[in-house]
Amino acid sequence: MTVEVSSLKELVEQASGDDRSPDTQEYFVNMGPQHPSTHGVLRLVLKLDGERVLRCIPVLGYIHRSIEKISEHMNYMNCVHLTDRMDYLSSIMNNWAVSKAVEEAAGIEVNSRIQTIRTIFAELERIQSHQLWWGVLGMDLGAFTPFLYGIRDREVLNDVMEETVGARLTMNYVLPGGLMADIHPNFVHRVKEFIKYFRPKLDEYDDLLTNNVIIQERLRNVGILSPQTAVQYGATGPVLRGSGVAFDLRKDHPYGVYDQADFEVPVGTIGDSWDRYWVRVEEMRQSMNIVEQLLDNIPPGDFLVKKLNSKIKIPEGRYYSQLETARGILGVFIVSDKKDEPYRMHYRSPNFNNLWCLEPMIKGDYIASLIGAMSSLDLVIPDIDR
Amino acid sequence: MEREALQAAVCELDSTVSPLDANADRAAVIVEASALPAIVRRLRDQPQFAFAQLLDHVAVDWIDRGQFELIYQLYSFKHKHFLSVSVFVPREDPRVPTLCRVHPVAEWQEREVYDLFGVLYDDHPDLRRLFLEDDWVGFPLRKDYQDDFMLDRPR
Repeated sequence: MTVEVSSLKELVEQASGDDRSPDTQEYFVNMGPQHPSTHGVLRLVLKLDGERVLRCIPVLGYIHRSIEKISEHMNYMNCVHLTDRMDYLSSIMNNWAVSKAVEEAAGIEVNSRIQTIRTIFAELERIQSHQLWWGVLGMDLGAFTPFLYGIRDREVLNDVMEETVGARLTMNYVLPGGLMADIHPNFVHRVKEFIKYFRPKLDEYDDLLTNNVIIQERLRNVGILSPQTAVQYGATGPVLRGSGVAFDLRKDHPYGVYDQADFEVPVGTIGDSWDRYWVRVEEMRQSMNIVEQLLDNIPPGDFLVKKLNSKIKIPEGRYYSQLETARGILGVFIVSDKKDEPYRMHYRSPNFNNLWCLEPMIKGDYIASLIGAMSSLDLVIPDIDR
Repeated sequence: MEREALQAAVCELDSTVSPLDANADRAAVIVEASALPAIVRRLRDQPQFAFAQLLDHVAVDWIDRGQFELIYQLYSFKHKHFLSVSVFVPREDPRVPTLCRVHPVAEWQEREVYDLFGVLYDDHPDLRRLFLEDDWVGFPLRKDYQDDFMLDRPR
């Protein structure tokens, strides 16, 4: 048994020296870290033969902020605020994941009003996250109009959420033991208005992009991910469901009040980029269904079970808690040594695991297909780097 | 399977597997480092376990005991149950066989742990730093790590 630690330089030089093909020259090209379609600072080192991708080596760490190390010097209330900065499009769900882990570990029971409001906000956030993804996917494939449409409707939803939360991106609304504030008196009314506004708009999305022949040609049969590969490569969320595995934590291990809502889990058939696209568009419809069912039945009660001070102490042990964000399973792993600071805090982020599906999806295909396939993964890079 | 039944069933697999008694919220076992890939492969392939996905891989630095704990979180889509597998390795010579051949995603999860803890994975096909630069000195998530830029010094 041997252990050899290599470097990126060795990897690239060794591979290009190995070129013995008589007619074509294999070469390396950097894609990123500032390429617009990498949605942040992801660098891909591509080994190419002409326009075909032979290898795709993701290089990470351009926005690594060592959130896990910082958390070791913070109490549990502080840790929640850092999680907004991971997957910034699912910030409330990230807050919820940490709060859920701390509540389960410390034995704090929250009332059903808090759980209902958390569920509604999580679904609204899933919608706004998918709206942005939908717009960006259009832009990645060369259509600018979808981006404007997506952002326009996301603004409407962001305004509704801002009224209660007070922020638009790093929302920071959920904390261990409850919520930062109660919902705004206008909230229920305005969410209903939004759903009334957005349902016809979603049909418009279908006219503009879903039924567009160019988009279909660019996505269908591109980046096929078999269910076996998806499971082995650690994919979760819409990527896994696009490959035909009907696994959704909201259904299979319900948390919040998802067990009270009636909704369907959209599942793809062959696992190409198109299936992942369709699953997300359909998820927006299902999320609206969930919100509509819960909105009229928000139970009365407090928005904070008790005023928790910063000194939450968790019994010694290992705790793992997870929930379904817009991109897949976000797991929070806490090792406690009875102090008010975690001994070790680890985030199992959905994008980190989904990213590695890119190479098996795209091997042997064209660079142009890589853009569409990557867009269908819906990566948020700060979540990978943490 | 229920938590206790699952833990007992996994422990019966092999003499190198023992239950983890520390307060854990799910079925948890300790496996000897040398037996790890074989055990995880059996957990994946045997139909009563069917742990198809390696959900997560975490390392914990137990500096007082001079050990790293490597935790593998397994999930079964078929039975919808979780298992946490722990391996303890000495801090001075942290070496463990890789799980890449059983669960391909381990390749990158292990690279993350190598990058931040310096645990060496035997037979890993591409062991490189993942987040930090290749010439970075030290392993930041170790409890005794220090550098000049740290604002919050380890106590």
